[in-house]
Amino acid sequence: MSRQEVLEGLKSVLAPYTMDKEALASMNDETEFIKDLKINSANLVDIIIDAEDKYDIEIDPDSAEKIHNAGSCIDVIMEKMKEKI
Amino acid sequence: MSRRVVVTGMGVVAPNGVGIPAFLQALQNGTSGIKFIPLYRDLHFNCQVCGIPEFDFSHLKDYLSEVTFYGLKATTLGYAIKAAADAWIDAGNKLYDGTIHWDTGCVFGNSIADTEAMKKVISLVDTKQSRKLGSRMIEQMMNSGATAYITGLLGLGNRIITNSSACATGSQAVLMGYEYIKHGMAKRMLVGSNEYIDNYIFGAFDAMRILARKFNDEPQRASRPMSASAGGFIPGSGAGALVLEDLEYALARNATIYAEILGGATNSGAQQGTGSMTSPNAEGVVHCITDALRDAGVEPKNIDLISGHLTATMADKSEIENWSKALGRNGKDFPLTNSVKSMIGHCLSAAGSIEIVAVILQLMHQFVHPNLNLEDPNPGIINIADVDCFPTKKLDRDLNIVAKANFGFGDVNACLLFSKYKN
Repeated sequence: MSRQEVLEGLKSVLAPYTMDKEALASMNDETEFIKDLKINSANLVDIIIDAEDKYDIEIDPDSAEKIHNAGSCIDVIMEKMKEKI
Repeated sequence: MSRRVVVTGMGVVAPNGVGIPAFLQALQNGTSGIKFIPLYRDLHFNCQVCGIPEFDFSHLKDYLSEVTFYGLKATTLGYAIKAAADAWIDAGNKLYDGTIHWDTGCVFGNSIADTEAMKKVISLVDTKQSRKLGSRMIEQMMNSGATAYITGLLGLGNRIITNSSACATGSQAVLMGYEYIKHGMAKRMLVGSNEYIDNYIFGAFDAMRILARKFNDEPQRASRPMSASAGGFIPGSGAGALVLEDLEYALARNATIYAEILGGATNSGAQQGTGSMTSPNAEGVVHCITDALRDAGVEPKNIDLISGHLTATMADKSEIENWSKALGRNGKDFPLTNSVKSMIGHCLSAAGSIEIVAVILQLMHQFVHPNLNLEDPNPGIINIADVDCFPTKKLDRDLNIVAKANFGFGDVNACLLFSKYKN
């Protein structure tokens, strides 16, 4: 799966958690979930669970702590998918 | 203290009607909301019927943001949000638009928060999968979940209180809201209560053998307050909500005024005398009604209608006895009396608020709703009050003052007096 495909998939994971659909549509590696997408910080755990379900991976707490924007989230997802193979 | 408190908005999720227009029609027509539940048969419950609202959870999307709606699963919170938001809009307000209403508070009560969420937590924790629970469980398991959702949605910034006193919860919530306005602590209060009786709560009531079990094949005949064949109550689910308002504040914003709250009281019989965990001490009930009359400045002779607690247990007769003693009225002089529970069952914590909505509707539209299933009045009851005091058909009447009471487990009583609004 390409980085661009994961970015698009991540957008669908994030969609129920943000009201700012324009910011979501133009999301790139630098986009920050809380600051740019106005996502409630409590929902970050839900986003991780939804991403785990979508990609059939497990994101351990240490990896989750590395996620600070869309780019780092994609990094973690791709790393976990690679580990699975 | 000269402040007057009026009702300016209402919302309801009742077993026989969701929304005020449907509920009004059901009250006028004497429509039962009691249904047979096949699952209760499969679970080997003695009672296999209950009062359940025809509630479409997805309609909450009309009230909540997509983000809030996503992950909300608790039926009881759905009822509360729908009733509260409808009451708020009915009173001429908008859902949260960025304004914080510092002068408006909320008292909303329940008995038990969402047990479906609790079940999910228990099952995932026990199977070592707690990390899959996500962030939205606690807010749906906490008893203050309803007030939390309502407050955020409506932008309420005054005192926010979650109360709980079993079957007296709803009327106590209304009374507390009234008192805060009366004593100048708030200009408006959104008050009410919610209850969802799921299989677990239902099963625990069923085990007490206080539910009617002989009408499983005739659900609409199952809830029979004051009848000789009353064999226990029928649990119900739902929510009721009212917007209470300082009269001057309501007049200043040209609000439509539905009725006035004249006063009320809440107390406990302390589980002494005839009282216990599950039944009220008669002395406490009489005290509560007498205190409410004094607080409201109402003479017993001026009560036109009693909306009783009247659940369809052996306590119905004691209740009529207590009203008779407290009001000094009996025989043909006893006030007209009805029980909403004959149509919707006993909605426990939600009973008070749903039944108070019914009281306000009867005052607004000047009618007395029928008592269903009262073909065979309890001889002990019609020995105290004339049988005509318990109408089995809708009556059109000039109603001025209505008394409402609820009595809860733990021997907690609440009584309120309402009147038609006169300027």
